[in-house]
Amino acid sequence: MNFVRRHMTWFTTPALIFVFLVAWDLYCRWSGIHPFIVPRPGDVVMQYGKLLQLKSLWNHTYITVYETLVGFFFACIIGIGGGALLGKIQWLEETLRPFVIATQVIPKIALVSLFILWFGFGSEPKILVSTILAFFPILTNTLLGVKSVDLGHKDVMKSLNASRWQTFSLLELRSALPAIIAGLEVGIVLAYIGAIVGEFAGGTQGLGYLTLEYQNQLNAPGLFGILIQLTLIGFVLYLAIIVIRRALIPWHESVLVERPQPLA
Amino acid sequence: MNVDQPAVAVADEIELVGIEKRFQTADGVVHAVATTNINVRQREFVVLLGPSGCGKTTILRMIAGLLQPSAGEVRVARRNLWNGGQRDKVALQELGIVFQEANLFPWFSIEDNVALPLKLRGVGRRERLEKARALCDLVAIKGFEKRWPRELSGGMRQRAAIARALSYDPEILLMDEPFGALDAMTRDTMNLEIQRIWMSQKSTVVFVTHSIGEAVFLADRIILLSPRPGRISSVTEVSFPRPRQMAIQTMPEFQAIVRTLREQLEAMG
Ligand SMILES: Nc1ncnc2c1ncn2[C@@H]1O[C@H](COP(=O)(O)OP(=O)(O)O)[C@@H](O)[C@H]1O
Ligand SMILES: [Mg+2]
Repeated sequence: MNFVRRHMTWFTTPALIFVFLVAWDLYCRWSGIHPFIVPRPGDVVMQYGKLLQLKSLWNHTYITVYETLVGFFFACIIGIGGGALLGKIQWLEETLRPFVIATQVIPKIALVSLFILWFGFGSEPKILVSTILAFFPILTNTLLGVKSVDLGHKDVMKSLNASRWQTFSLLELRSALPAIIAGLEVGIVLAYIGAIVGEFAGGTQGLGYLTLEYQNQLNAPGLFGILIQLTLIGFVLYLAIIVIRRALIPWHESVLVERPQPLA
Repeated sequence: MNVDQPAVAVADEIELVGIEKRFQTADGVVHAVATTNINVRQREFVVLLGPSGCGKTTILRMIAGLLQPSAGEVRVARRNLWNGGQRDKVALQELGIVFQEANLFPWFSIEDNVALPLKLRGVGRRERLEKARALCDLVAIKGFEKRWPRELSGGMRQRAAIARALSYDPEILLMDEPFGALDAMTRDTMNLEIQRIWMSQKSTVVFVTHSIGEAVFLADRIILLSPRPGRISSVTEVSFPRPRQMAIQTMPEFQAIVRTLREQLEAMG
């Protein structure tokens, strides 16, 4: 029973994908919709197979992943560093709050054009958009995590006369880790979106650019193929964070496969 | 040479001299503890007993250095605990504290939790873990050193918390209703355990509880507190020989003390 529950998704996920594909195929056949608008799944898979042969696809993929990861890296530094700092220094948080919120309420898409003006058509503006999009959830989660340290735990450190650094590194940071990682999960997805949106806006490289190119060529099956590629890469990025979570907070409930029975 | 030592006048381990505590709150000042004097001798087991809200925790936290008294002096191990706003490092090292919650860090294994105070003192990892293992043995959680805290029951977590408080060999052990969250049977076991540990460690204990039975079973001396503001209502010496067994609870002498204390508590309303 437990075994079935634990490994259920290995069956349900492929089954659901299969049902979805069959429904899609039946829709294409019976509705008579033009294959140019909605191609049949078989054609899309074939198209994706062809796409995979293209050397340029992997160049574009590499560029997008590179921009995402660099953008995410900066977002982590700003988000975790800034969040920890603001969480520890109340007046700084109050002073900077409107500015942090401002970076979020500006339609960031509008910023892209400005960045391209400043930095040209290379990777820099894309990385910048990626960072701006991703740092916010990381920062707010870190801030919340650092601030919501258990009072009993603080008493322990205080009674042991721990230094500020010891309290930060052994208590506050570790207790904030689950929240920080929850921020990273959202952050990596936003960093990815940021990079692609940046590529939409200008330049000649990346999966976002390729999407635009196929759109101009009215290449619907190609677009579907890229969609598959984009989705798969997104999954890989997200999975990387899950792996990091397992490594960093093995003690946390979110990592548990099953609830342990208290011993004795 | 097994000659009995003559009684030497040793200064008391804990001296609370005219301590008082007022809390500033949004709706005025709360007078939590009225001017109080308490002395605890070396190796004595003192229990602070009283109804909820009478200031037991406040007094214990003042001894622990977690709260600064509004007035008066706290002397721990013959040193002033407070010098201005600063706590005395040497005095703090003689204090081990066990809270009502085990307060183990969930991200450390049991042995790392037990060894945390040594880590803070810069003791090397091997030495730390050796000591932690010996302590886990002492508090009878051997075999659980590598577990996460949440894998242990409440009673076992509290044993780990006691081990952590003992890890740097403090002379004084402060406990604030350490078994308050445990069921009655586990609680009896833990009371026997704390007696055994106290006798083997030769430490001084201040133990807070609102259970009369627990107080009489454990204490050399019971300080009964009355509420609002907290002040000493009575002091009872308990002189049953040690180690005490659970069975002493059925003795008439034991029940007489319990009855007297209950009447005093009820008189407080
Ligand atoms: N930080 C605080 N701020 C304001 N009032 C407090 C604070 N801590 C304790 N008190 C008050 O002081 C009194 C004694 O509390 P406490 O020492 O916790 O009692 P006990 O441990 O005996 O139940 C209570 O009336 C409580 O409300
Ligand atoms: Mg209390």
